Amino acid sequence: PDGSLRYTTCTNGGPLFVYVKDSRILRVSPIEFDHTDPSTWVIEARGRKFSPPRRALVAPHALTMKSLVYSDKRILHPMKRVDFDPAGERNPQNRGKSGYVRISWDEALGIVATEINRQKRVHGPGSITFPMSSHHQWGNVGYYLSSLMRFANLIGFTRVAANPDSWEGWYWGAMHHFGNSMRVGVPAGYGGVEDCLKEAEMIVFWSCDPESTNGAYAGFEGTTRRLWAKELGIEFVHIDPHCNPTAQLLGGRWFPVRPQTDAALAQAIMHVWVTEGLYDEEYVATRTTGFDEWKAYLLGETDGVSKSPEWQESETGVPARDVRALARKWGGKKVYLAVGMTGTGFGGAGRGATGAQWARCMIMMMAMQGWGKPGVNFGGLQIGVPHDLHFYFPGYADGGISGELAWTGNAVNNYQRMPHILTMNPVKQMVPRQQLPDAIINGEATGYLWDGIAQEAQFAPFRYPMPGYSPIHMIYRYGGSSLSTVTRSGRWVEAYRHESIEFVVNQSIWMEGEAQFADIILPACTSLERWDIGEWANSGGYAHHGVNVVNHRVITMQHKCIEPLGESRSDYDIFTAILTRLGLGAVFTEGCSELDWVKRVFDSSDLPGEISWKKFCRKGYYVVPPEKPELRQPVDMRWFAEGRRKDLPEPLPMPSQYAKEFGMGLQTPSGKLEFVPAVLKRNTAGNPDRPPVNRYIPSWEGLRSTGLVERYPLQMIATHSRYSFHTSMDGKNSAVNQVEDHRALIAGHRFWLLRLNPADAAKRGIGQRDLVKIFNDRGAVICAADISPLVTPGVVKSSEASAEFQLVDFAGETVEIGGCLNMLTPDRSQTSGTSSMAPNSCLVQIEKWRNADTFKMNCAA
Amino acid sequence: MSKWNLIINVGRCENCHNCVIAHRDEHVGNDFPGYAAPAAAVGDSPIRILRRTQGSAPMVETTYLPVMCNHCDDAPCIRYAGDAIRKRDDGLVIIDPVMSYGRTDIVGSCPYGAIVWNDEQQVPQTWIFDAHLLDQGWQRPRCQQVCPTDVFEAVKLDDAAMERMAVAEGLKVHKPELETKPRIWYRGLERWETCFVGGSVSADLTAAVECIEGADVTLSQGGKVLARTVTDGFGDFRFDNLAGDGGAYRVEVSHDHGSAWRDCVLCESVYLGELRL
Ligand SMILES: Nc1nc2c(c(=O)[nH]1)N[C@H]1C(S)=C(S)[C@@H](COP(=O)(O)OP(=O)(O)OC[C@H]3O[C@@H](n4cnc5c(=O)[nH]c(N)nc54)[C@H](O)[C@@H]3O)O[C@H]1N2
Ligand SMILES: Nc1nc2c(c(=O)[nH]1)N[C@H]1C(S)=C(S)[C@@H](COP(=O)(O)OP(=O)(O)OC[C@H]3O[C@@H](n4cnc5c(=O)[nH]c(N)nc54)[C@H](O)[C@@H]3O)O[C@H]1N2
Ligand code: SF4
Ligand code: SF4
Ligand SMILES: [Ca+2]
Ligand SMILES: [Ca+2]
Ligand SMILES: [Mo+4]
Repeated sequence: PDGSLRYTTCTNGGPLFVYVKDSRILRVSPIEFDHTDPSTWVIEARGRKFSPPRRALVAPHALTMKSLVYSDKRILHPMKRVDFDPAGERNPQNRGKSGYVRISWDEALGIVATEINRQKRVHGPGSITFPMSSHHQWGNVGYYLSSLMRFANLIGFTRVAANPDSWEGWYWGAMHHFGNSMRVGVPAGYGGVEDCLKEAEMIVFWSCDPESTNGAYAGFEGTTRRLWAKELGIEFVHIDPHCNPTAQLLGGRWFPVRPQTDAALAQAIMHVWVTEGLYDEEYVATRTTGFDEWKAYLLGETDGVSKSPEWQESETGVPARDVRALARKWGGKKVYLAVGMTGTGFGGAGRGATGAQWARCMIMMMAMQGWGKPGVNFGGLQIGVPHDLHFYFPGYADGGISGELAWTGNAVNNYQRMPHILTMNPVKQMVPRQQLPDAIINGEATGYLWDGIAQEAQFAPFRYPMPGYSPIHMIYRYGGSSLSTVTRSGRWVEAYRHESIEFVVNQSIWMEGEAQFADIILPACTSLERWDIGEWANSGGYAHHGVNVVNHRVITMQHKCIEPLGESRSDYDIFTAILTRLGLGAVFTEGCSELDWVKRVFDSSDLPGEISWKKFCRKGYYVVPPEKPELRQPVDMRWFAEGRRKDLPEPLPMPSQYAKEFGMGLQTPSGKLEFVPAVLKRNTAGNPDRPPVNRYIPSWEGLRSTGLVERYPLQMIATHSRYSFHTSMDGKNSAVNQVEDHRALIAGHRFWLLRLNPADAAKRGIGQRDLVKIFNDRGAVICAADISPLVTPGVVKSSEASAEFQLVDFAGETVEIGGCLNMLTPDRSQTSGTSSMAPNSCLVQIEKWRNADTFKMNCAA
Repeated sequence: MSKWNLIINVGRCENCHNCVIAHRDEHVGNDFPGYAAPAAAVGDSPIRILRRTQGSAPMVETTYLPVMCNHCDDAPCIRYAGDAIRKRDDGLVIIDPVMSYGRTDIVGSCPYGAIVWNDEQQVPQTWIFDAHLLDQGWQRPRCQQVCPTDVFEAVKLDDAAMERMAVAEGLKVHKPELETKPRIWYRGLERWETCFVGGSVSADLTAAVECIEGADVTLSQGGKVLARTVTDGFGDFRFDNLAGDGGAYRVEVSHDHGSAWRDCVLCESVYLGELRL
């Protein structure tokens, strides 16, 4: 009626309609299904019928898309640093200081192409690196594991090997008790929604805040389901230093635990189960190994310390009586354990020095309670929706157009359906992501692989530099998040200014984060300005059947809604233009435009059997009909609990990974749940950090760190931001940035929020929304205080992933005012022999910022 | 004559800010002549989410209250601003974007603080109930469309029917003492307005200190018992819906293992902590 055209798109927070009028985006709104879309599933539980709303319950960051497209931080032209002369003085020491001049695309592309060739000639393979970030705008063609991977492979690069940041604790620890390496050591969650609603009596949310982390991409699709559980009277418990938004919404008993002490709490609960016989003895006897050794540890028979509720009290701050009460309730009921964003893994508790100890405990607890029996599982209603999983559509990690068979899911997924020119990176040299700045500054680094192929893949170290390859001399950065997502991120500034780095190019949509450290800036466009295709929450790869978190399977045409703003171009176009100068244009494109690739992805899926290309383009989305009730997936681990052959639709373990008969038992050497993992016995017995019998080893940066804790008495946890998706949607004057519970507007600047308890605030004379300086030996950041009893005393809670990085020298001190709290976090791996991050083991001090008034006056002037 | 009203379900709001962000999405960069000038990309939102946190660890309760222009029937802003603000036949209150140009003074006329100043356009603005969309045939405003927990329900009823509904379902308006006859109604506003007293009961038994389930707890004032409850598996008890009027209360606990009592004065909710029998 208002003369607008309705397009569709998909985001990290859900699918949207995009209304466009006069070549401008008018609005975005969540997709709502109409009568032509298939019916919605119904679950019957306890005499009631439940069915979710017929609209996408999207995340706040999804709804902010329009504001991001029109952000005043958009980079609209190629730019060159003023004092960068590729033929003369390059002035690396001035990166991040000097300004930029606008240049033509022709000049920019010429400089980049020439430098790529120069690097190859002068230094040889390995001198170029492409540090990739984990999260990207939605869409199978434009995704970084798709176009960027293809581009990088065609150039050759030193791989920045990511640590399993999302899965820390699970990969290095939990996995060895039960396998599931292909899921990076987290449970699958099949069938969890129906089983939980029908059977469970209690849900324990442990380091789990799905109202903030949304099962990653599912927006609030799980919220409705949790509200059903509340209506059914299922009891809730929340174990978290923060009475987080999930706890706030659902209510239930809060256990304010001190960060990184969870393993002590868990062991005390298990201690009660052992001493009071509140565990499933039959299950433990027949489905597990090593319980006697574990029991002996709990009872103190091996080390003389009984892991009783009283023992844990001084560590966790949780009264012994509460632990005992929880243990008894839990032992006597059918309980779902919800850990991390999906309820089946992840969680900030896993991202600290004790992360593996905690995650290992979670698996052991479920092993004691009969994991897989009705009502006893991992979940929390965030995962396990009864979808038709036979309908095929590739996930973003399933290869896209990359042609890469080894580092994406391509080989086992989409490649057969969409053959395209293979690409591979001939450079074997790798550098661990968390240590990239050190590798540049010190010239060396050691890492351990994140590789889901097998439980054993993580034990072999790799070293940088690798004989035969060049050290890194050129950084091709795509995006700019590291300053706020990598630990002790201040290192990046030095790395960028290091003389060994001859050239830095940044391909970015917005002027933020690391973009300001580049020599050449290439302006990319948002996904609303280019073609793509993608299914909501279908990440594929390690998150096999990742759509299990949303209520409807929605596959969207991601229309090019408007032309790219200014001179910005799609990433694909930029890659094409560079590779064309290197004579590789046609190898990259195969003669295809982005829209052609979208059509090829469409054709590779099961869509053509259901909807014509034309209709799909016009309507913009397709909803996969729900699974017939009799064909719904079985419940995860039910087969195991019942001693049957595995009956789940997942390709793991691999045929070779069964130690008995194919399909019988888990991936572990014994095929059982192992309280004392054989794989650790074989590989880490000599490593006190990774004992085969799990222990409680206090955090190496925590309240037991004498010498440090006196100066820095507060524990900081900077976890995932509720309103933004990592750095996307934060900063850049986005609509999210205006949210007062995201950033507070003080003297014209939007300060990152720091949540703390009234007792800690009062001690320091800090008032609501005062500017505070949070600091330790690694740096200082200015934040705005949000004071409430929702944070346990002694803890400050904030978020990682500020998009703004703004170091300022102010009255004799250097402070960061964008909110990059990872400036303060330790870069130490959780345990030796791993490449893991431990940002939630971080001691800090805070004080009222003494220069706040000067700052305010300067701003006013 | 049926008119628009909005019902807000208190206790279901989880502070996700979808409604706030959708409002910006709708209005920033968009001009709707006769309804609203383009909103400022930066600055206050005419939809705000207020927070109230009661109690202390581990017994805290957080309530979020969405507030916005109430589209009052007896609107002080209209009385003040005259022609610049009008009441539509369907009950909605619209600040005219042209006639209100430059009128910073209008901002202060709303006792709810529901008017924000748009510095870019030099106009006072409110949440207009998405009147421009309703006039195009939309059935509900955008806040309702994007809210994940169904906090909002827009209803179009004649005033008598609305009044009956309000009585039947206990709907209340925010700050009724302002006597502006709001068209925004709250369901379950007690949660925002009242207090609780809670505590946790324990006893030192031979082996250990234990949470005491099933203890009888009474709340009394001046010797008169107002309410009774029983502790749960964590020994917790809670009395809700109390007026935070500074009154003095006594909590008494009794159980086979012993008894305990505590006095408190209630201005805001209190968690009494551990009551050891
Ligand atoms: N809105 C939004 N959603 C996201 C993301 C985002 O950036 N924004 N990121 C996505 C990604 S990549 C991931 S990996 C997931 C992350 O999902 P999670 O790993 O589950 O998220 P976190 O926020 O790190 O942690 C969840 C909860 O753990 C608590 N916590 C922190 N430390 C401890 C501890 O030591 N003990 C206990 N018991 N609790 C602790 C935090 O207070 C928080 O409430 O989220 C995904 N979803
Ligand atoms: N303290 C602390 N630190 C943490 C965590 C924590 O819990 N605590 N969590 C960790 C976890 S789990 C994760 S997953 C990481 C995430 O950390 P990162 O992956 O580093 O963060 P993102 O913000 O997702 O980075 C994505 C980048 O890609 C860019 N980008 C996205 N789409 C496009 C595109 O289409 N074109 C171009 N050219 N660029 C694009 C964005 O602008 C952004 O710069 O953070 C980790 N860091
Ligand atoms: S809430 Fe304020 S602005 Fe809205 S109608 Fe009432 S008085 Fe006017
Ligand atoms: S959209 Fe709903 S839940 Fe979210 S802040 Fe608004 S009212 Fe609250
Ligand atoms: Ca149980
Ligand atoms: Ca049991
Ligand atoms: Mo992650």
